[in-house]
Amino acid sequence: MAIWLDENSKIIVQGMTGSEGTKHTRRMVASGANVVGGVNAKKAGENVDGIPVFASVADAMSETGANVSVLFVPPRFTKDAVDEAVDAEMPLAVVITEGVPVHDTAEFFQYAENAGTTRIIGPNCPGIISPGKSNAGIIPADITKAGRIGLVSKSGTLTYQMMYELRDIGFSTCVGIGGDPIIGTTHIDGLAAFQEDPETDAIVMIGEIGGDAEERAAAFIKDNVTKPVVGYVAGFTAPEGKTMGHAGAIVSGSAGTAAAKQEALEAVGVKVGKTPSATAALMREIMTGK
Amino acid sequence: MDLYEYQAKHLFDAHGVPVTPGEVCTTADAAHEAARKIGSAVVVKAQVKTGGRGKAGGVKLADDPDDAQAKAGAILGMDIKGHTVHKVLVTAASDIAAEYYVSFLLDRANRTFLAMASVEGGMDIEEVAATKPEALARIRVDALEGCTEAKAREIADAAAFPEEIKDQVVSILQQLWKVLVDEDATLVEVNPLILDPQGTVLALDGKVTLDGNADYRHASHADFEDRDNTDPIELRAKEFDLNYVKLQGEVGIIGNGAGLVMSTLDVVAYAGEEFGGVKPANFLDIGGGASAEVMANGLDIVLNDPEVKSCFVNVFGGITACDAVANGVLKALEMLEANGVELTKPIVARIDGNNAVEGRRILNDANHPLIELVETMDDAARRVAQLAAGK
Repeated sequence: MAIWLDENSKIIVQGMTGSEGTKHTRRMVASGANVVGGVNAKKAGENVDGIPVFASVADAMSETGANVSVLFVPPRFTKDAVDEAVDAEMPLAVVITEGVPVHDTAEFFQYAENAGTTRIIGPNCPGIISPGKSNAGIIPADITKAGRIGLVSKSGTLTYQMMYELRDIGFSTCVGIGGDPIIGTTHIDGLAAFQEDPETDAIVMIGEIGGDAEERAAAFIKDNVTKPVVGYVAGFTAPEGKTMGHAGAIVSGSAGTAAAKQEALEAVGVKVGKTPSATAALMREIMTGK
Repeated sequence: MDLYEYQAKHLFDAHGVPVTPGEVCTTADAAHEAARKIGSAVVVKAQVKTGGRGKAGGVKLADDPDDAQAKAGAILGMDIKGHTVHKVLVTAASDIAAEYYVSFLLDRANRTFLAMASVEGGMDIEEVAATKPEALARIRVDALEGCTEAKAREIADAAAFPEEIKDQVVSILQQLWKVLVDEDATLVEVNPLILDPQGTVLALDGKVTLDGNADYRHASHADFEDRDNTDPIELRAKEFDLNYVKLQGEVGIIGNGAGLVMSTLDVVAYAGEEFGGVKPANFLDIGGGASAEVMANGLDIVLNDPEVKSCFVNVFGGITACDAVANGVLKALEMLEANGVELTKPIVARIDGNNAVEGRRILNDANHPLIELVETMDDAARRVAQLAAGK
């Protein structure tokens, strides 16, 4: 099981022939992921370490049966690349690219919504890993082993940190949903999928300042999630009106503060850690009783 | 990036949204000249990127050029909520028959765009939303379909604009949508949109926020950059292409990954409570696969901040393993010393993640007089706060 990505996932990489694309394709392959192809219209017929390059997503899918695409396409080409994956009815598109204009994201997200065939994760995200099964993106595969914790996070490095602190317990799936103002997969999507996943016993959710995704997740948890959830929110000291690294991480007036998010989560019974280590300790207690 | 009113109006004008003519001035003499050219009563408006400037005395009516000069003299240099006024907009005074509100903005929660409109403009719209939500129409705008004439009419109808001006409003809404899309804005707001006694609808104020991710397709947006009001350390960091935000505090922060760095600020602030309220001095994310050179640039920026008393390097080795990070830190310090930078401030390093044991061994063996290695993030935060407090 795990969510969205498992041992049956067949991955293609849009942008495989670029430097980042090649580097991370090799890392994915080394971690045991089944990467079956790449896409570059100008380099069709070539290969990267024996992995064939196709002219289009549709070609790659019909030749290989791929069901996941990971995108390392530069920002100015990302919208067209996602639209192409949607047109090919690719079930899962993981958009790693950072710096995509938000109008482009709004458009490709709407395009995917209208088509109803493709889940988008990202943009500006580290991807998704189901340890021991598959790995789509840039999350280092050797941090943690397989286990029964699910993790959904806006932040890449905090995801790695949490995986590392709980590496002896292990994770079913870790999803980095990204820190942009508009993202294809939200905390709520992750929570809903983990709630349904028989291989996940408890869930860590990591949020940060900006927007109200965490508040909405809290409302969702109250009505729909029976598995234990532990939370962490970054950015208590962030000043109003300043973008903190992630394009979406900004406190606007009184909206989007870390305090409001923590309060909303605690109000529905989610234990929120004061630091990443304290959060990991809360999850450890749930999983091991210590 | 938030724009000043005069910049927003410049974009409005370029896309056909009617605005009152005006001129931006940096001196009282220039305001005199601008008022003389306009030739009628004028309004002198402080250009600051914050609300409530009217209440703070930053907007004044002037009868003639001498008056405009005096009012501009009083407003220039004024402090409004921590923002110093460097520029005023001198614009023809308008008689106002009615005040309205319209905006388009990114709707993060619904992952699309939203139009908001009200015939109760001129006041704080958040207050209208809170106290009289029925007076504020909210209409979803599909990112692919955009604000068509039919959509604009739906918005104008929902807000109950008077029939006799509806065509003007519908046209203005479509032009504002063009500002939003063509300029890659995440917010376009007019408050107030006014009706003058002659029956003309025009934008009396304007607010625009631009998406920095789209700068590559708008070379002209570089002109909007506000160097005068940007912290000098932030400007320098930008030259190095570093993701840096200046804060008020004593502990310099360098980390990899925006979430981890935000978290580091929080953990340092908590720890600082124990030491007389020591706080983080900055946000600096050097990214996932940072090289020694990027680390050197980061240390250069942070250690040269006169307010910084100690520095916290907090790195999780993911894609770049910890041994490479440790070597990078040491090499960065060498590079700085080779460039004649005098290093005196203590650095607390916490490196964790892939190959952490080897990374720590490298730092321990180097025995650098300024680097103190602490194993966990929480303990390191406590130690760096203690050092900043001089204890």
